[in-house]
Amino acid sequence: MSSPSPWNAETAAVLIAEHRALPGALLPMLHALQEEFGYIDQAAVPLLADALNLSRAEIHGVITFYHDFRREPRGRHVVKLCRAESCQSMGADRLVAHAKGRLGVDFHHTTKDGRFTLEQVFCLGNCALSPAVMIDGELHGRVDEAGFDRLLQETGKSK
Amino acid sequence: MSVFRIFVPCDASALSMGAERVAEAVAGLAKARKAEIALVRNGSRGLFWLEPMVEVETPEGRIAFGPVTPQAVGEIFDAAMAPNRAHPLYLGPTEEIPYLKRQQRLTFARCGIVDPLSLEDYRAHGGYRGLERALGMDGAAIVEEVTQSGLRGRGGAGFPTGIKWQTVLKTTAAQKYIVCNADEGDSGTFADRMLMEGDPFVLIEGMTIAGIAVGATEGYVYIRSEYPHAYRQMQRAVGIAREAGHLGPNLLDSGKTFELHIRLGAGAYICGEETSLLESLEGKRGMIRYKPPLPAISGLFGKPTVINNVVSLASVPIILDKGAAHYRDFGMGRSRGTLPIQLAGNVKRGGLIETAFGLTLRQLIEDFGGGTATGRPLRAVQVGGPLGAYFPASLLDLPLDYEAFAAEKGMVGHGGVVVFDDTVDLARQARFAMEFCAIESCGKCTPCRIGSIRGVEVIDRIIADQERDKNLLLLDDLCTTMLDGSLCALGGLTPLPVQSALKHFPQDFDRPAGRIAAE
Ligand SMILES: Cc1cc2nc3c(=O)[nH]c(=O)nc-3n(C[C@H](O)[C@H](O)[C@H](O)COP(=O)(O)O)c2cc1C
Ligand code: SF4
Ligand code: FES
Repeated sequence: MSSPSPWNAETAAVLIAEHRALPGALLPMLHALQEEFGYIDQAAVPLLADALNLSRAEIHGVITFYHDFRREPRGRHVVKLCRAESCQSMGADRLVAHAKGRLGVDFHHTTKDGRFTLEQVFCLGNCALSPAVMIDGELHGRVDEAGFDRLLQETGKSK
Repeated sequence: MSVFRIFVPCDASALSMGAERVAEAVAGLAKARKAEIALVRNGSRGLFWLEPMVEVETPEGRIAFGPVTPQAVGEIFDAAMAPNRAHPLYLGPTEEIPYLKRQQRLTFARCGIVDPLSLEDYRAHGGYRGLERALGMDGAAIVEEVTQSGLRGRGGAGFPTGIKWQTVLKTTAAQKYIVCNADEGDSGTFADRMLMEGDPFVLIEGMTIAGIAVGATEGYVYIRSEYPHAYRQMQRAVGIAREAGHLGPNLLDSGKTFELHIRLGAGAYICGEETSLLESLEGKRGMIRYKPPLPAISGLFGKPTVINNVVSLASVPIILDKGAAHYRDFGMGRSRGTLPIQLAGNVKRGGLIETAFGLTLRQLIEDFGGGTATGRPLRAVQVGGPLGAYFPASLLDLPLDYEAFAAEKGMVGHGGVVVFDDTVDLARQARFAMEFCAIESCGKCTPCRIGSIRGVEVIDRIIADQERDKNLLLLDDLCTTMLDGSLCALGGLTPLPVQSALKHFPQDFDRPAGRIAAE
């Protein structure tokens, strides 16, 4: 996962057109847009509505239903902390408190320097190695507070 | 000089412990020593506390080392070549590791053994025999075989798979679908993920058999977005199968057609519920549908649809290959075959344990798991995901069996077992159950949408010791309302963890407020 590109209506139109032939195309379209721009810009809504012959309200309803879709630009790196039961049993709550303190932001927010966006997730399928963290799509297991700091440092270095 | 095959898993959990760097080190070593090493990126055997677990193929079979660091790769290679194999990370012949040896792997027979993206390997280990047999049978006979096997849905509800298929088979329509539920949202579960990463062709084969059986020519796999590795692996595998004529028109020269599409979820737990999943596949909000009509009659895009969990579908090839009786002979009572149990949480040796139904929680946690990871006493076990009950240590002799769990007001669900030590506070776990329901509710019915929010508030008051007795009554009422008035099992079963916590751990709801408020 690299830095997302800034919103661009032409690119968005191309991405939307690429998925248009799929049955049930809206989710694949939204994923493609978020992959490119890091979030779903408000300006994408009318484009999607036109392409799918749906109302803007319907598109908006779908975007807001799913936890994945962001409506604000994200930071360069996305840090997802697992908060589900298995990770709780191994100290996820402590890790969450530590991470929020370290980054100085709450869930769904981005650090002031624009480097990290912090998110919560419920299970990453790494429950035998709890607590689990995902950074830019890479999974990490048995992450304690010190391990978390190390991961942040490494991620920071990779730009 | 002979070529050594060295196996370093590409499973996401193995990667989470540094398997990629180990693989790089193996490749580097091969270069430096000009040794003929073939690096295979297998799936995981499911012995996660040993990951990255590296295997070396020797004339006497595969031997294992773990957990391996990149620095240790050279030593391991030397040890593997030495006659006595002495090395602190040496685990012995892989198949002799007790954790593995004591399992009965049917659905996971190949996981961790084969190169997940090699059709040749897949076939060499029995792959596509089930489909080949199915191609010589008519739809009704295939469905009958699945029914006779006693296979029940492994996604949570435990509904007989053959009966579901039968409904789709006898519903006539121009188009039918096979949908694989790979949303695996339950905490404590990873069997679907392991299988998709470690043996994707078994799922493809299972879905193809389902398609042939009921007359469906198209299938979808709906994978949760939290599983990017599984998603990429399934896409690759489908491409390979299509290329080789194992998917698509006239597959395996049978004259039959089956196409498969891979789709990504978007972080909504509720989309694991089958009707919500279908809505999501159609590009809508994942709102639960009223039933009837059943998806088997009016499912994806209004067409008859088989929707099954990954493990259910991946169990079909071996049933067709070895016959219903072979599968049915494992298990107990009305729980036939094997269950891939996922042992997780605060446990020393977490991993995948596939055995016949009937293993007790104690055998599982003590014999396989080796007790808690922290070494503290075990206090609670949650089985069956976030909607599953919390059991106390006194119930550890419960056998894993659908009916035995139901009798204790619990559920086996997708087979996830999460262990907690004595630092767990069940009032907080109950609060989390309500919070989770509030976050994930699709919003269609009030008892779930509003009830769960009220539930969090009420439990907060109980924890804070505000009018505790009154609020405990209120909580009980709320649970009853959710149980009775919810359209689906999210609202309907959230009371399960809450009430089990109240029943088995009442002292956690009766603590001085200060202790908890201080946290
Ligand atoms: C809230 C909720 C979440 C569910 N999540 C999943 C899931 O992640 N995976 C799954 O296979 N089934 C899940 N189910 C069960 C499905 O609704 C359905 O029973 C299952 O996909 C049927 O397949 P099976 O018969 O092979 O188990 C869930 C059910 C509910 C109520
Ligand atoms: S119980 Fe909850 S999740 Fe299920 S249909 Fe009702 S509101 Fe939606
Ligand atoms: S509960 Fe955290 S990875 Fe599954």
